[in-house]
Amino acid sequence: MIEKALTGSRRYWGWVGILLALVAAGAGCYLLQLGRGLTITGMSRDVSWGLYIGQFTFLVGVAASAVMVVLPYYLHNVKEFGRITIFGEFLAVSAVIMCLLFVIVDLGKPARIFNMILYPTPNSILFWDFVVLTGYLLLNLIIGWNVLESERNEVPPPRWVRTLVYVSIPWAISIHTVTAFLYAGLPGRHYWLNPLLAARFLASAFASGPALLIILAFIIRRVTSFDPGREAITKLSLIVAYALTTSMFFLGLELFTALYSRVPAHGLPTIQYLFTGKDGFGNLVPLMWTSVVLGLVAAYLLINPATRGRDATLLFACAATFVSIWMEKGIGLVVGGFIPNPFEEIQEYAPTLPEAIITTGVWAVGLLILTLLCKIAIAVKEAAEPPAARPFPQRQGF
Amino acid sequence: MEMDRRTFLKMGGLGLLGLMAAPVVDVLLKAGRVSGAGTSAAVTAGRWALVVDMKKCLEAGPSCADCILACHRAHNVPQIPDLQEQVRWIWKEPFEHAFPEQEGRAESLAGKPFLVLCNHCTDPPCVRVCPTRATFKRQDGIVMMDYHRCIGCRYCMAACPYGARSFNFRDPRPYVSTTNPAYPTRERGVVEKCNFCEERLAEGLPPACVAACRYGALVFGNLVDPHSQVRQILRARYTICRKPELGTRPNVYYVVG
Repeated sequence: MIEKALTGSRRYWGWVGILLALVAAGAGCYLLQLGRGLTITGMSRDVSWGLYIGQFTFLVGVAASAVMVVLPYYLHNVKEFGRITIFGEFLAVSAVIMCLLFVIVDLGKPARIFNMILYPTPNSILFWDFVVLTGYLLLNLIIGWNVLESERNEVPPPRWVRTLVYVSIPWAISIHTVTAFLYAGLPGRHYWLNPLLAARFLASAFASGPALLIILAFIIRRVTSFDPGREAITKLSLIVAYALTTSMFFLGLELFTALYSRVPAHGLPTIQYLFTGKDGFGNLVPLMWTSVVLGLVAAYLLINPATRGRDATLLFACAATFVSIWMEKGIGLVVGGFIPNPFEEIQEYAPTLPEAIITTGVWAVGLLILTLLCKIAIAVKEAAEPPAARPFPQRQGF
Repeated sequence: MEMDRRTFLKMGGLGLLGLMAAPVVDVLLKAGRVSGAGTSAAVTAGRWALVVDMKKCLEAGPSCADCILACHRAHNVPQIPDLQEQVRWIWKEPFEHAFPEQEGRAESLAGKPFLVLCNHCTDPPCVRVCPTRATFKRQDGIVMMDYHRCIGCRYCMAACPYGARSFNFRDPRPYVSTTNPAYPTRERGVVEKCNFCEERLAEGLPPACVAACRYGALVFGNLVDPHSQVRQILRARYTICRKPELGTRPNVYYVVG
């Protein structure tokens, strides 16, 4: 099937070319980082994780959110998702690959990464994260590929694939739970030390991932002759609406405990730093408020049936959801956790240009993989049915 | 891999023998242990601890940095000008920064420089999170680093509530003025911290900071030994630890009363 990714229009090759250029720029800066060390980044002894680990955390959520199409389709027989499930799985594949790459570019000694396997350490959450992420990558790759191949051969997928699908559902929850445990189990990092964190991670993931999938579906409808179907988008947009409001509710719970109790050990100093600035430092204040405003606007547009049903407003709401959660989770959460430092002093963080280019490069790798996988999937689907046909009548509600 | 039955049995037998030998070797090693300090051979302990007598330390004045210099010289700690990339094994922090939870409780100590270093916690979060066991806890309580195994993920830095860990953001060697050949220098990309001078203990010497202090402000010893000097001080004086509420149970104590 892979040959289907090697033929395409000029527009397709143009897009691939742009991504390859970004990958090359990122790789160049990474060589610089390999040569000179992480000193070329904005990270410091106080804020020792930055953009890289922030992206990693955010993208684990995007990967996990594939379950939001897989679960309704395979467990509840929601046929509308039949045309879109494969894209959810392939989105998960590319997101997990980005996650692993972000961990690798963050390492001080990347050549030693296999020490994680040579010296397996069950008491380390990072070890478990590595295990569940690798497993999830393989699961989605195997499932997606086999389902697609059966579709091409016009046969039902083998029985064992269905078993793997059932395994992948709790597995998706596990990857984001374990990622939250990376943070939620550290003494002295008050903003992270919070049992709600895993739940909040999952809620924000189930908003940002399906939001991206809706955007992807619109792009596929625009640039190919395959239509993922408006019904799938409608159902997905409901999921985004519920997940986004749940995520904002959870954030509100955290803010209430910290702000009303005023106990520093419940993260008050970090929340002050993030939302109002503290001791004259407030680099992240504009970012956090942009995130809040975008989140509120998106929630309004998604809850209101009229705006949720209209393509333009739905697309805007999805983009706003994605950006809002990216800001809150991909930057604010990770950086904020380190501020103030263990000495209650504030040292701010801002990524450097090479760091940003490396980050863009990893995103480009992910988008490239997603593009190639989607290209293959669409080619198979286009061959399987004439573009006008709509083979799935609605059978069961969701 | 091809292996015939005879080889398999041989290997299995050897493996079993090894397993049985391990406890025997353990016992033999333990028999050779001496507690307390002052022997010419290696000094060992059930649980090493450091007591900082702040009364004596503050008497020495804010400009005294004997212990810091001795430590950094002994361990080839680089002197990096960029504050945010500095490598620190032992340094000074104002009281309210070292003990943020004590704020307002001891006005007389406000602003006073307190020595801070790795607490060699009894329950160290850094060891718990390390994905490669590059940081580990020895039987005698010392929390150690294997510079050759560390992958530089900096998870231990996120886990340490005392800011006691430093990452080599750049090659540290150009920032070491005179290299002590008795201790390794590090490469960029690994984490490091105070090791309670395990290399000196192995030669029967006290930690470099303790040896360098002319005021007797630093006392090092075995907490398990009821007659050790550290135990006696802890019994007699009012001492505090950093962030006891986190449950890490530090082994660095401060005499403040």
